Amino acid sequence: MARAAAVADCVQAVLGSRASANRVFELLELLGGEDEEDAACAARACGRLFGALLQRGELLAGPLPAEEACLAGSGSAEDKYKAWMRHRYQECVAGLAELMGHGSFRLKELALCTLMRFVELEAKHPLVAAEPQGSRTFPRERLKVVVDGLLPINEDASLLISRFQEYMEYDDVRYFVIKAVTGSIAQVMQKTKERPLPFYQQNVFSLISPINMPNKESDMVKFLAHKQAFEKMWLSFLKHKLPAGLYKKVLVIMHDSILPYMNEPTLMIDFLTVAYGIGGAISLLALNGLFILIHQHNLEYPDFYKKLYSLLDPSIYHVKYRARFFHLTDLFLSSSHLPAYLVAAFIKRLSRLALTAPPEALLMIIPFICNLFRRHPACSVLVHRPNGPAGMSEDPYIMEEEQPSQSRALESSLWEIQTLQNHYHPDVAKAAAVLNHSLSEIEDDLSGLLELSAYELFDKEVKKKAIDVPLEFEQVRGLFGKKNDIFAEHFTLD
Amino acid sequence: MGKAAKRKRKVSVPSTAKGPVKSAMAMVKSNPFEVKVNRQKFNILGRKTKNDVGLPGVSRSKAIKKRTQTLLKEYKEREKTNVFKDKRFGEYNTKISPEEKMIRRFTLERQKNYGKKNIYNLNEDEELTHYGQSLAEIEKMNDIIDSDSDTEERGTLSAELTAAHFGGGGGLLRKKASSGQQDEEEEKPKSRKELIEEMITKSKQEKQERQTQRESALELTEKLDNDWKEIQTLIARKTPKSEKKDKEVEKPKPDEYDMIVRELGFEMKAKPSERMKTEEELAKEEQARLQKLEADRLRRMHGLDEQANKKKPSHVSADDLADGFILDKDDRRLLSYKVRRIGLEVTSVKASSPTSCSKQDFCLVSFCFYFLVPESYETFKSLLAGRTIEQQLIILDRIQKCNHPSLAVGNKAKLEKLFGFLLEYIGELATLDLPELRTIDKLVLPLYNLCQMFPEAASDSIKFILRDAAHDMEELIEVKGRATLPGLDMLIYLKITSLLFPTSDFMHPVVTPAFMYMSQLLTKCRITTLQDVIKGLFICCLFLEYVSLSKRFVPELINFLLGVLHISLPKKRAQGYTVVHPFSPVGKNLELLLVCDKKDLESWQKQNLPLSIVTRLKETSRTEMNHIRLSCLALCFDLIKKCAALYESLPSFHEIMHPVRVLLTQHVPVNEYPEKMQEWYHSALKELENKVKQYTPLISEKKKPVPLKQYTPKIVKVLEFGRKQGGSKKEQERKQLIQRHKRELKGAIREIRKDNQFLARMQLSEIMERDSARKRKVKELLGSLSAQEGEWKAMKRKRGKN
Repeated sequence: MARAAAVADCVQAVLGSRASANRVFELLELLGGEDEEDAACAARACGRLFGALLQRGELLAGPLPAEEACLAGSGSAEDKYKAWMRHRYQECVAGLAELMGHGSFRLKELALCTLMRFVELEAKHPLVAAEPQGSRTFPRERLKVVVDGLLPINEDASLLISRFQEYMEYDDVRYFVIKAVTGSIAQVMQKTKERPLPFYQQNVFSLISPINMPNKESDMVKFLAHKQAFEKMWLSFLKHKLPAGLYKKVLVIMHDSILPYMNEPTLMIDFLTVAYGIGGAISLLALNGLFILIHQHNLEYPDFYKKLYSLLDPSIYHVKYRARFFHLTDLFLSSSHLPAYLVAAFIKRLSRLALTAPPEALLMIIPFICNLFRRHPACSVLVHRPNGPAGMSEDPYIMEEEQPSQSRALESSLWEIQTLQNHYHPDVAKAAAVLNHSLSEIEDDLSGLLELSAYELFDKEVKKKAIDVPLEFEQVRGLFGKKNDIFAEHFTLD
Repeated sequence: MGKAAKRKRKVSVPSTAKGPVKSAMAMVKSNPFEVKVNRQKFNILGRKTKNDVGLPGVSRSKAIKKRTQTLLKEYKEREKTNVFKDKRFGEYNTKISPEEKMIRRFTLERQKNYGKKNIYNLNEDEELTHYGQSLAEIEKMNDIIDSDSDTEERGTLSAELTAAHFGGGGGLLRKKASSGQQDEEEEKPKSRKELIEEMITKSKQEKQERQTQRESALELTEKLDNDWKEIQTLIARKTPKSEKKDKEVEKPKPDEYDMIVRELGFEMKAKPSERMKTEEELAKEEQARLQKLEADRLRRMHGLDEQANKKKPSHVSADDLADGFILDKDDRRLLSYKVRRIGLEVTSVKASSPTSCSKQDFCLVSFCFYFLVPESYETFKSLLAGRTIEQQLIILDRIQKCNHPSLAVGNKAKLEKLFGFLLEYIGELATLDLPELRTIDKLVLPLYNLCQMFPEAASDSIKFILRDAAHDMEELIEVKGRATLPGLDMLIYLKITSLLFPTSDFMHPVVTPAFMYMSQLLTKCRITTLQDVIKGLFICCLFLEYVSLSKRFVPELINFLLGVLHISLPKKRAQGYTVVHPFSPVGKNLELLLVCDKKDLESWQKQNLPLSIVTRLKETSRTEMNHIRLSCLALCFDLIKKCAALYESLPSFHEIMHPVRVLLTQHVPVNEYPEKMQEWYHSALKELENKVKQYTPLISEKKKPVPLKQYTPKIVKVLEFGRKQGGSKKEQERKQLIQRHKRELKGAIREIRKDNQFLARMQLSEIMERDSARKRKVKELLGSLSAQEGEWKAMKRKRGKN
């Protein structure tokens, strides 16, 4: 408390008379000190002090000469004082920037807020004269200090970044942050020479991913420049190799927070193509961005369906992005101009993979397959082949074949779905039994089924009102007392 | 139309006049001049004619008579204001009974006459009466009447008889008799012939009556005899000896003993109960019962119940507008097990057996015989705490018996609660550091019995446990992103579920959620330790047991077994097969089941895995761990073998088993395994390999042609012409009412018109009468005047002459 009072006194003194200007050093000393409490006090006081000075215009505007030169020079005492004070301000900013790397989050936050306040005040009372006369300037240097503070190389600063998000609402701040980030990426990544920096990249991502670009041109004067800066930033970010987790995160937000705001979305083609080629979950996610490019920007993708076909492996029914993937697959396969062999191959592969799928995925994929049959009646030979060869020893379909055209899917039948009619889940069995009969004209609605989770299924089942509960009639003889009990063979009750 | 009026008049005719009118009517009807026949133009078959014959004269005279009695009276009294007042006491008071009324009247009269009217009349006394007539008066006339009537009543023949036999003494006698009997009713004199005929018919009738009476009496006695004979034969068959004895004794003299025997004969006989069944029969019955239950189970397994329960598309008529309007709803209920009572019997028998067998051990331990159902779980636990298994069983048994639902009203709810407590207790036993699985093994019995008694409550509490567990797991996944396999208690609960409920049903309120839960366990939970593997294998066993009868396909099971095999292999790129979620081809937690130690491999013996291993594995040594690993592997091979046997019939069996086969043939280092393990391995592989590959193309079921809807007009058969048809009952009633109203209105107008005519006639006749009277009077006057004039003239002439 005593310290706080002393600091407040000091601020009063400096602001009160120029004679006691030297007391500024006390503050700066505290700011660089070890004690957390003192540093916080000093930071707050500095904010107040230099804020007031900026508003009064007691800091030298224009290019700043070196301190010695300035003091030795022949300017008026007023000018000398201002220049001297400006140097103290510079020192203070440096001290605050240092504080942003401090261990305590409170201090970091305080330093961030103080710096942002300086940025705001400097924009109103510019220290550097604008180049073309009359236009306004933005204190880029200060903002660069802030951005550098926000993107440490060795630690996760997501908390501080989320605190910073409130400033990103302002168009000018956002624009110059984008510029600063672009510069920072170029600078930092050049040094590392293609070695991924997980923390740094993570920080950059958490800073730039929530950027809300304005939607309309009327919102902003230089919308185009803004877009270009945004595009440049992302391209420079994605140019470098990303860790796998970050890769997925970028792909997840690609379609709705990056591509729509780019000036030229086609520039993303390279990135997406590479991602699509990686395989696994990353490919599934890249599909969404690719879809937008194909659909809205006339991207010609050779062997797209072959690639999509090869994406189908047992894990697609188990991954988190199942809903998104099947939503897109449904879109891709909705064209009625697809050849029957291709659709048949997809049907056959999906149903073959369904043999390892959990019930919630099965409840989605069976109507999905039914829809494919409705769209492509030529495929119905898969479920209805009246005069086919009687006793085949092999399924003609070749699962390992990568070319859908070579997979001989049209010669096969959907034995997999017939197998699923014996599935333990009653709803799955019922759904599979639908293919025994001729299908209705109207397509099933998949939207509700895509997001189905196992817990929802369970909950639905448990909440059903039972009319009657059949009971086991075989008299119990003990825990493992049933006839031919498997447990009795392998477990003991010890 | 005239009918209504006629009917009305008929009703209002005073009853006293009915008799003569009837006879007159008969007379009139026979008179062809009185009858008016309404001739029909066409004879229509089936039409009922009511008004084909009318009696216009009769009806007219009746109407006139009625009018003179009512309307004319009113007309004549139209300007008279005098009113007749009935001042008799209580004449119109219905509340007073007639006797009381008479008494009150009598007292009133007496009061009025109180006080002497004539002060000079000294011996004024009450007049004595009999039947309201003064005795004095009766005394005066009595003698004459009595003597007369007496002789006549006794001595004279009846008038009819005399009339019939002696000509009846002519019209005089007849007239006298008729006037004596019927005062005003004038009867036509009957002819002699008629009288005789009447008499003959009467006597004949009497004779016939007597005859029938005799016959019916005869019949009754005959019937009684027959009945007795039947009863007699019964007695004879049941107790031939006593019957014989009866007869011997009966003949000489009926004594008291006979009486009793006879009475016994009429009494209800005690019927012999069905004989005790032999063991063979019992076994047969039991078999039949089980067969029925099995058939039930199969039906449910194929989900036929559900289809039957679904509303069948009802017949759609050609006129159906397909607007979804359905008149009746389907409220058939599901077929249910009818085991409950039988189950109860079994329960009591089985439950009592441990008591009897363990009694000798427990003569020392005496606990009270009456147990209340504990109110809370804590009291329940304290009740069982510290007892041996047998004692616990006895306590549970007694609680059940003392609180049987048939004994008191609230017992059902209490015992239902007991089921929950017991489940909780079992769960607690399973989560102990040293799980008391032997106790649980025994406690399953009372659990089963309770479940048989209260299926709904049991299913609810197990569902509750499942829901809790699933909810916990869901929360874990949300918070941590991964879940762990549950403790031994959940595994035991799942096992108990399979004991209590039929797991082969197509859809079951408890088993289906249990399936879902187990599926989540096998797909969502990370396998990080050896315990997890054992738990997972336990769940695999559960799955296999659940589907062992229904042979349903469980993808998770195959996936998990594949994963288990995968983690028993040394780290390398998997080729030709893919493992899915809980397992990953690369990364952590691989080689969990890998055993490299040669010595351990050789010393391994297949052992049954103790379940308690799930809770404590840490203190076991390395060798033991390796042995457990190998046992797990052996179990896995066995499960694969069982799966192969189970899913043999599935059309894509080979596709399902393909990854497993690839792994077994290409990756598993068979040669390094001990011999026993190789046996397991080969038996599993053999089961996989020697299955025929048979694929027949699918053919979907033929579509039924849908009949076209035709909007043809509705055609209704007309069965009777002339009658108004159609419309609902209400509408018909309304129509009827309208018609009746119309008819009544017409009738009333007609009546009013006739009344007016009648009145006019009356007025006219009055005027005519008055006129004629006046004319007569004028004539008289004129006559007298002319006579006077004549006399006067004659006098004048006389005088003139004279």
